[in-house]
Amino acid sequence: MIAVKRSKQSVLRTNNSVDLFLTVIRVVSLIVIALGLLLFFIEQIRGTALNGDAPLTGGAIRGLFVTGVSQGAMYGLIALGYSMVYGVLGFINFAHGEVFMAGAMSAWITSNILFDNGMWEGGFSFIIALLIVLLVAIVVSTLATILIERIAYRPRRESPRLIPLITSIVVSFFMQNAVLGLFGPASKTLPAPPSWMSDSYTFLEIEGTKILVMVIAAISMAGLWVFVERTKTGKAMRAVAEDKEIAALMGIDVNRTIVTTFAVGGAMAGVAGVLWGLLFRGVSSQTGFLPGIKAFTAAVIGGVGNLGGSMAGGLILGVAESVGPLLILKPMTIPAVSQLKDAVAFAVLVLVLLFKPTGLFGERLASEDRA
Amino acid sequence: MSTRSATDIDPKHSVSVGLIAGISIIFMGLVGLAVGLNERILIDPILSLGYLFLLAVPLGAGYIAANETVLEGMQAPEKGTRDIVAGALAGLAGGAMVGLFLILLDTVDLSEKMPAWGDRLLDMLSFNQGVGGGVVVAALVGTVLGALGGAIHVLKDEPRRVIKIVIISVLSFAILEAIVDDVLGEIGLKPVAKFLYSKSGGLSVLPAILVGIVALGFAIGFKGKGDELKTRYDTMEEAERKQVNKYALIAVVVAAVVLPMLLGKIVNELLANVGLFVLLALGLNIVVGRAGILDIGYVAFFAVGAYGMAVLTTPEAPWRINDTLVHDIFGWLPVLPWLVALPIVVVMTGFVGLLIGTPVIRMRGDYLAIVTLGFGEIIRLLFLSDWLSPTLGGSQGIRNIPGVNVGVTEINGTKPQYVFYLVAVFVAIAIYISHQMETSRIGRAWMAIREDEPVAEAMGINTVTTKLIAFVTGAVLASFSGAIFAAKVGSTFPNSFLLLVSIIILVVVIVGGMGNIPGVILGAVVLIGILGGPKQPGLLAEFSQFKLLIYGALLVFMMLKKPEGLLPNAARTRELHIDEALQDAWLKGDKPSSEDEVATA
Amino acid sequence: MSLLDINNVTITFGGLTAIDDLNFHVDEGEIVSVIGPNGAGKTTFFNLITGLSTPDSGEILLDGESLIGLDPNEITARGVGRTFQNVRLFPQMTILENVMVAQHCRTNQKVLGPIFRTKAYKEEEALIRKNAEEVLGFFGTRLTGYRLNQPAFVLSYANRRRLEIARAMATQPRLLMLDEPVAGMNPMETAELTELIGKLRSEWGFTIVIIEHDMRLVRDVSDRVVVLDHGETIAQGSYEHVSTHPDVIEAYLGRSAGDK
Repeated sequence: MIAVKRSKQSVLRTNNSVDLFLTVIRVVSLIVIALGLLLFFIEQIRGTALNGDAPLTGGAIRGLFVTGVSQGAMYGLIALGYSMVYGVLGFINFAHGEVFMAGAMSAWITSNILFDNGMWEGGFSFIIALLIVLLVAIVVSTLATILIERIAYRPRRESPRLIPLITSIVVSFFMQNAVLGLFGPASKTLPAPPSWMSDSYTFLEIEGTKILVMVIAAISMAGLWVFVERTKTGKAMRAVAEDKEIAALMGIDVNRTIVTTFAVGGAMAGVAGVLWGLLFRGVSSQTGFLPGIKAFTAAVIGGVGNLGGSMAGGLILGVAESVGPLLILKPMTIPAVSQLKDAVAFAVLVLVLLFKPTGLFGERLASEDRA
Repeated sequence: MSTRSATDIDPKHSVSVGLIAGISIIFMGLVGLAVGLNERILIDPILSLGYLFLLAVPLGAGYIAANETVLEGMQAPEKGTRDIVAGALAGLAGGAMVGLFLILLDTVDLSEKMPAWGDRLLDMLSFNQGVGGGVVVAALVGTVLGALGGAIHVLKDEPRRVIKIVIISVLSFAILEAIVDDVLGEIGLKPVAKFLYSKSGGLSVLPAILVGIVALGFAIGFKGKGDELKTRYDTMEEAERKQVNKYALIAVVVAAVVLPMLLGKIVNELLANVGLFVLLALGLNIVVGRAGILDIGYVAFFAVGAYGMAVLTTPEAPWRINDTLVHDIFGWLPVLPWLVALPIVVVMTGFVGLLIGTPVIRMRGDYLAIVTLGFGEIIRLLFLSDWLSPTLGGSQGIRNIPGVNVGVTEINGTKPQYVFYLVAVFVAIAIYISHQMETSRIGRAWMAIREDEPVAEAMGINTVTTKLIAFVTGAVLASFSGAIFAAKVGSTFPNSFLLLVSIIILVVVIVGGMGNIPGVILGAVVLIGILGGPKQPGLLAEFSQFKLLIYGALLVFMMLKKPEGLLPNAARTRELHIDEALQDAWLKGDKPSSEDEVATA
Repeated sequence: MSLLDINNVTITFGGLTAIDDLNFHVDEGEIVSVIGPNGAGKTTFFNLITGLSTPDSGEILLDGESLIGLDPNEITARGVGRTFQNVRLFPQMTILENVMVAQHCRTNQKVLGPIFRTKAYKEEEALIRKNAEEVLGFFGTRLTGYRLNQPAFVLSYANRRRLEIARAMATQPRLLMLDEPVAGMNPMETAELTELIGKLRSEWGFTIVIIEHDMRLVRDVSDRVVVLDHGETIAQGSYEHVSTHPDVIEAYLGRSAGDK
């Protein structure tokens, strides 16, 4: 017979110390943020920064916000793809960043061809050229994502969760290196947009390209919204996200719906790729990595599976990484804060998952992925 | 079953296989692989590495096209001319596609966008026949190789095995030219090496044939001996098996000590690098393979280990020189020798593991993956930043790190043989720790968590603590590797610790066989040894440019076709075989008990 | 004296009240069966006790101490072992390992023990192994001998159920909770397990709560039967009392006729 140890209090509550530690991290990070902001306000009021520099001007701060919003809009568009795929299949499609990169690459090629033909200037012809570039990028990214789904994900859809996740990391790695091999390591530059685009507008002092980026993002988002909420295919997507088996029983072609989900996400990533080209004009095989991770962060901030949330999350992250270093780190006399921009974005990811792992606006996941 | 005619093939299947083969060849051409590897000659003057890659594709396609899926209960179809025709058709389709590509290559100029686009690729794909001739030759070569591939499929198992051994032997001798040459030189057989290899690189034709003949002799002479040994080992008594294992262990130790003495600097350097990655892979194997925690920021611990060692042992480390807060607080600390610093580094890394692990450990698998990635990048960016550069050197890193003083000699990068010994000792320690942990109470709990976390928790396992132990153990093993790395290289830079390193370690673990110690070691030897690490060259230094691409392709293939790795858990396999034996016994009427049928689920 | 006390427990899932103001108790050494139509809240009831769900209100006491807010592993450590309705073994682990791992909360060797092969570690491993063989031996030779080192997924359905009970026994509980232990078993196997459940109390000293649809088993082993419907207790008492209770008959027959 087993000698049952029946001491009641022998149970060590180690999990309490873990909880305590997490609380400490939460509190410390809040204090750091609060302290940074406090110092920032003191500097602004005093008129000199702690390290002797002049404080930020109102214009500079507004500039940071505008940059943040335009980049955030781009993150938001990429985040939609993560969000939708996570909603339907329940795994992070790491390769989505590379789908975005493919879109940016195609924008580099088409815009240069159009530039050589003299279409990348003037008013009307530039807009036509931009539409062509957008169209090509959408086609390229959509095809890329459909191919990835077909070749890499579908055969392993029913495997344990770690497998599709690792597969997606692997696909992303492969795509980066394939593009590097195909197009070489040299830096690739998009032609400069016509001067009326890049000039600042006096009434808001916002660069034309940034306005353009925001407008394109807004239109795409609206289009997606209509597609998901108003069309039959969109309804099928939401049904599959809710419960694959029941959806199949209701006569929905689950495979086709999953492909559609990937395709729509890919199209959005393609648009985002063009926006990247407009904002930064430089593209390389590494382009997909950081924006991809940041976009995923945006999706988590907004609540995975929640489309409106993803877009909002993108904007929040864009502003946070643009403004954060200067508002919080710089007042604490940390030098060269712009080097830490990416670290700030990652820190935002960690903090969001620590404070609110289900996102600010709530997750919408398939039933088996909850809890 | 009736004999089937040659026309009885599935043309759609063959053609699609052929087209995929064609795309693969074109892809290899466009990424520069074909031309880039054309300079590496394998058999002078017949075969280069570049052509080997290209020609293997239609051969494989022919084999695949000839293959038919045999469903359970279906009779395997008779093999014959049909297979050859199917293979040839696939080869033709692939060749035709390449032909079309040749025409495109000739008419359109995309070299501005794609560096590989150009005449050299055209020359290579057309076998120097120009476009017109090239199209014909491509189709012809494709058809012949496809047919050959199909013919291999027709062969019986035994000749197929022999041919495989011969081809692999010849190719290994050709590919491993550097190492064979090195070893032969070291043991005073330089003339043999001179005979084997031609001046422009690669085996000469006559030696290649000789190698083939010798391999043929071995293949026929030792037919079935391997299986025989394996069966004998499997059916041994526990005590006897232990004895054999002991002898095997002694043999391995002796080999590890003696072999490096026979090898030159290059190979020892290679072995040392492999060892460093074996250490890392063993650590990650505990985290991912055993506990099922997908940590893709694992390089962070390697970095902390290396930087920790650099900070403690370097006399002119930045923080000792510059006037910083760290200097004010720790300025009294003497410069430590490696062996004294090691325990501190291990504890430090373990602590960082705890610090990173605690917030992430309760997250869902994929969130955990991306957050660990984030932490890995944060740590690298901090090392790189101007903010911490007075302490850690920023992008300049920490230089002039002393080697390991072991009394008789100082082990550093200039003595790769001793570095290898040092690494080997720590690999042995890591294997021991991994093995002991895996078979212990905690190891069982890891397995239970990996299989079904909620149930493991309901069975009384504190999943948080148990997973944290895995995370920290993994971190500690990485710190060993980092500490040796710092002493070996003599400097640490933030850019030695890119995300790429994490991914490559993950690749090693997956390709080798997740959760299985010998598999992980095999993975490191094969991948790091042959292809090379993120910055370290492998045996095939020619690959360096395409290393990552090959890694990627290999990985995609592994994940799709063999996610369990090259060497999956052996014990599990043996158990499964015992079960098959039981089924057989049951079928013969030797039924153990009434309801012991094996469930098929 | 009662071992488990549940007072006024309520839990709702998104508006659906799965357990409604439930009161329940189990005395030390008792065998209590919980029956009720499908969807009556029986498994939710188990999940509440074992910490997989947390009630919205009410209290759950084991030997006078609250279990609410504890993690499932802590509840197991305090002496509640369970099986699952849809058999959840660790399929890739061997039969022996399945039972060994369940003794996790009764043992405490961590990292240093196995690495330095201390005496305490070896003794503990030997004890774990001995205990494991003992609980497996409870089911005769079906789970022992050559079976020990086979992965659990090769077992037949009935043997999986047995192994799951053995695994719960190995956690060394005071309260053993079995969720449909004979589902999918044939009458012979059921009869055998009925006998074993009796032994679990008489020889091993467990207090037992069973969810079961098989009325013969319920009749043969239970000291007391509790009937749940719509998350509420509608009747309790001896099998004879409950089986003739009008509310119970209505609960079963009032639902779809095809239901058990």
